[in-house]
Amino acid sequence: MKKVVALIMTACVAFGLMACSKSDKKDTTAAGEKETEAAGGNEGGSGELIKVGIINNDPNESGYRTANDADLQKMFCKENGYDASFAYSLKNDEQIKYAQGFIQDEVDYLLLSAADTAGWDTVLQDAKNAGVKVILFDRTIDADPSLYEASIVSDMDKEGETAVNWLAEQGLSEYNVIHIQGVMGSAAQQGRSGALDKKVAAEGNWNIVKQQTAEWNAEKAQQIVQSVIDSGTSFNVIYAENDDMAKGAVAALDAAGISHGVGKDVIVMGFDCNKWALEELLKQNWNYDGQCNPFQASYIDNIIKDLEAGKTPEKTIIMDEKGFDAKTITQADVDNYGI
Amino acid sequence: MSNNDTKAPANKFFTVVKKVVSHQMFIPIMALLILAIVNLAFDPNFFKITLGKNNAGNPILSGPLITILDYGAETAILAIGMTLVTAAAGGQDISVGATIAIAGSAMLRVLCGTNPSPDTIQAPIIVAFLVACLVGIACGAFNGALVSFFKIQPMIATLILFTAGRSIAAWINYNKLPVVPDPKFAYFGGIIPGIPVPTPIFIMLACVIIMALVLKFTNLGLYTQSVGINEKSAKLNGINPIAIKFIAFVILGLCVAVAALIKVSRISTINYSVIAKDIEMDAILAVALGGNALSGGKFNMWASILGAYVFQFLTTTLYKFNIASSALPAYKATVVILLVFFSAPKVREMIGKGFKKMKDSMKNRRHKAATASEGEA
Amino acid sequence: MDEYRLLEMRGIDKTFPGVRALQNVDFSLNAGEIHALMGENGAGKSTLIKVLTGVYTKDAGTIRLDGKEVKIHSPQDAQNAGISTVYQEITLCPNLSVAENMFIGRGNGKITNWKEMNDRAKTLLERLDIPAKATQQLANCSIAVQQMVAIARAIDMECKVLILDEPTSSLDEQEVEKLFGLMRDLKAMGVGIIFVTHFLDQVYEVCDKITVLRDGQLVGEYEIRDLPRVQLVAKMLGKEMDDLSDIKGEHEAYHSPDADMKIFEAEKLQSNAGIKPFNFHIQKGEVNGFTGLLGSGRSECVRAIFGADRVIGGKVKVKGKEVKIHKPKDAMKNGIAYLPEDRKVDGIIGDLSVRENIILALQVMKGFFKPFTKAQAYAFADEYIKKLNIKTASADTPIKSLSGGNQQKVILARWLLMHPEYLILDEPTRGIDVGTKVDIQKLVLELASGGMSITFISSETDEMLRTCSRLIVMRDRKVVGELSGDDLTQSMIMSTIAGGESDE
Repeated sequence: MKKVVALIMTACVAFGLMACSKSDKKDTTAAGEKETEAAGGNEGGSGELIKVGIINNDPNESGYRTANDADLQKMFCKENGYDASFAYSLKNDEQIKYAQGFIQDEVDYLLLSAADTAGWDTVLQDAKNAGVKVILFDRTIDADPSLYEASIVSDMDKEGETAVNWLAEQGLSEYNVIHIQGVMGSAAQQGRSGALDKKVAAEGNWNIVKQQTAEWNAEKAQQIVQSVIDSGTSFNVIYAENDDMAKGAVAALDAAGISHGVGKDVIVMGFDCNKWALEELLKQNWNYDGQCNPFQASYIDNIIKDLEAGKTPEKTIIMDEKGFDAKTITQADVDNYGI
Repeated sequence: MSNNDTKAPANKFFTVVKKVVSHQMFIPIMALLILAIVNLAFDPNFFKITLGKNNAGNPILSGPLITILDYGAETAILAIGMTLVTAAAGGQDISVGATIAIAGSAMLRVLCGTNPSPDTIQAPIIVAFLVACLVGIACGAFNGALVSFFKIQPMIATLILFTAGRSIAAWINYNKLPVVPDPKFAYFGGIIPGIPVPTPIFIMLACVIIMALVLKFTNLGLYTQSVGINEKSAKLNGINPIAIKFIAFVILGLCVAVAALIKVSRISTINYSVIAKDIEMDAILAVALGGNALSGGKFNMWASILGAYVFQFLTTTLYKFNIASSALPAYKATVVILLVFFSAPKVREMIGKGFKKMKDSMKNRRHKAATASEGEA
Repeated sequence: MDEYRLLEMRGIDKTFPGVRALQNVDFSLNAGEIHALMGENGAGKSTLIKVLTGVYTKDAGTIRLDGKEVKIHSPQDAQNAGISTVYQEITLCPNLSVAENMFIGRGNGKITNWKEMNDRAKTLLERLDIPAKATQQLANCSIAVQQMVAIARAIDMECKVLILDEPTSSLDEQEVEKLFGLMRDLKAMGVGIIFVTHFLDQVYEVCDKITVLRDGQLVGEYEIRDLPRVQLVAKMLGKEMDDLSDIKGEHEAYHSPDADMKIFEAEKLQSNAGIKPFNFHIQKGEVNGFTGLLGSGRSECVRAIFGADRVIGGKVKVKGKEVKIHKPKDAMKNGIAYLPEDRKVDGIIGDLSVRENIILALQVMKGFFKPFTKAQAYAFADEYIKKLNIKTASADTPIKSLSGGNQQKVILARWLLMHPEYLILDEPTRGIDVGTKVDIQKLVLELASGGMSITFISSETDEMLRTCSRLIVMRDRKVVGELSGDDLTQSMIMSTIAGGESDE
């Protein structure tokens, strides 16, 4: 029994250390920025740095998040007139603690990608009272809209619609789709599935050959497509709700000797715009990749500039989500939008 | 006398039936048979295997059976190690999915270096695999040390890597997702040009054969079972329980490295958060479906491996029947519960007893009939 | 005391497939009587008890309690009728408190009043003079006290008939005395007690009557004063034994030029099990023994010799050569074998077959990478199953389904197969029937006359006197004396064990 307790404590310490090393990193960058504060800051209008506290999810969570974080890091630096501190957690309560810390540090802006939708009212009220302006990005929360200045979100429904519209434009005489879904119930799955389901219900020549969840997992997608191939059913579209699953599906097609890509037997569609996926597009092995835009920093930057200039920004800002077609994609697109 | 003669074969029949029914392999084999029959009923081509060509122009066999054997390979390999860990330590390793991510990540780090999309591989594949083996062994040794030396519950000990493993895996490659450029790397999860059978099947067979040889030419089985059943006794017979438990975890670590090779090779890249997700539960289920007690002790390796394939067969079948995504877990759970129920040692015993009763009542009826006819005569 | 007939069982029959476990058995019990139920393993004692307690349903016969016929179909029925049982293995919950154990499962779903429960438990513990606190965790009590708590629980359920099934086998003599005290108190209160035991001494110490069963049939009911010990054994075994004669005389002592070679020698040996450093030696072909009360350190001594506990001091020589024994395998390599005291916990590997259990030690000696072939293993197993007359369906039967005596023979076979030069037997005869006991004693002497050195430990001193030529006496984890030759008498042992005060 004692040993179990000891172990749990060791584990806690180990995680604590990991957390520390992370927050250490945060502190050092923050400190470093402070050191160079006087030297930097050639931009930012008044010459004074705008102090922002950024709370994000763990960048290790996914490639999307890594790109999101990198984008924010790039934007919110001294050169652009910002004095930024970053804090990461996948847990709501930790995020709230960080938020309280930032309020005490008297930041000008609090940028927040909340882990959970609930539980933010109190701390946001505190922020408001302290005169800290809050901007939500990537994820919304269940709180009174008066508590934050603006919310920047991805419209997953629109992502799906863009992709389905693109597919409709391909003008196939018949659409036999293998639809590989993400983790059921996630926002991305609902948006991306919804658009396709609607279209299939509306059009006579659109059929779903197989609709199954691979839970964002490449090998499961491979198995699902393999099972369709084994059953001998014909299909001409793979609609995978992320790049990994599209990759798994393609692996099954390759093994079975089924051609895919531009002008081939099967149209392959993915989402998220991973760099390697866009390269597949460039090689014309895939046909389409829908973006889930992680590059929110410029939107936030614009809002802050508006607020500084005394303008009131829109409450909800929906980001521009691109869809890339293998026929038109360029190397520049890969470099700019690949994550 | 003549009465006896007619009774003997029936008796023998029931004894044989009882023996077969209560054998540990019965339930997994029955489950496989039932699944095969159900599939065959809906798809007459179920057993058909066709020789085709893949997109690279190499011959490849395909068909539902090949698919099952192919995709079940990782779980079967893990079931080998999981059976030993279960038997020796009386608990399960829940970190195998996460350690596959670690071993796979290490493999990619060696192959790709620091560049996530290099033009050529930076080290021979065998070196990368050996590094993955070392990493797998290290993870196994870490778990094993906690369980054997510090006497921590296996599930709690392996919770550490279960929680931290995928972050460690991401950290190894600076959270980049390297893609292996060499098509040879895809051989392990796909096919080797010229050999039409998917390589994972060969790898799985190799692991099974190696394990069979190890069990035959060493006392691993006897020692592991002794430690699992009665550690104190085993110790007084000169067996070192700490070493045996440790070895079981190290062997599982090796299995993890092999499974990682197949998993990563299948798509030539990795996704830290989803690779081999929940595979630990599949492997544990395989052990349970094989009728092995999850509390440790006696084990039957072959039943576990069959269990892994029962599970894969079930997965493939459910995909085939186009079960709605949201209902899939419910179907899986129902079938698994049924299988685990019937393969539980206690239930097997009861089934065996049921047959014995049937045999007895048959005997009584014959006896009564015999006496009645004698009376008439 | 008035002869009030409390319990009467008449013509009890019970058949299992292939076995007639009980045939027309009668048994009766008076109020305020301690009645021993005797018989070898398989005689039907436990079946009779289980019929009485509702675990089994009888095929025929009647049970009358207080003169009224009762139907007992389940243990619950038995309990309601006032029949309580305390089993050999403690069946309480070690992680609950003493009071909780006494009242658990009896709340009728009502909310427990903890204070009232603790008070009642306290009163009862005091009345029965049980040295335990009501709020103490049961696991912290000695086995004897746990046993007594189980009895207290049974008594509080207002039982009329108390069945004690081998309650003393894990108690030392003082604890047994305490238990007997409690039994006498209960007897005075008018409770009828059925006492099942293997210890003849105890029967004669505490019982009023004896009922003997053999092969599922009643042999007879006797007043204790009418049935001398020898006759009791004879009735149990079913043959007129010329007492459990001097078997030592039947076997010649080992006579060879090397008879005085010291096979094993220990000097100031000490382990982490809390024994004082001790000196010890054994010669070739000698049978010696450690004696003393349970807990006096006799098992700990042999465990130190075998390396079963961690050795923390002292020197060890095997055949005159100094060796290091840190773990059991070291001892095994030096030709030492050890049959442990607690067969279930330390001896058998329950789920493994008889065959695997037999070959285990030799297999470990042979090495990890050199397993025996199946044929070899079967040959070894069959040889010893025959040699030791082990009653098992086959060599593949799991050992746990064998009777206690046969399990012990399997463990013995395991060590004999190793052909040790020095064999340590710690309580090899505990909890097994008289016939097997004598078999094992004879085997010990036979092996010794063949040149094997044997250390024998038993709680029954007469057994040790029959087999050992030298006894090391222990008290309070310390060697306090050594007896041999004419000193080897019951009274000398007793006085050596007890009489230390003046020496110190």
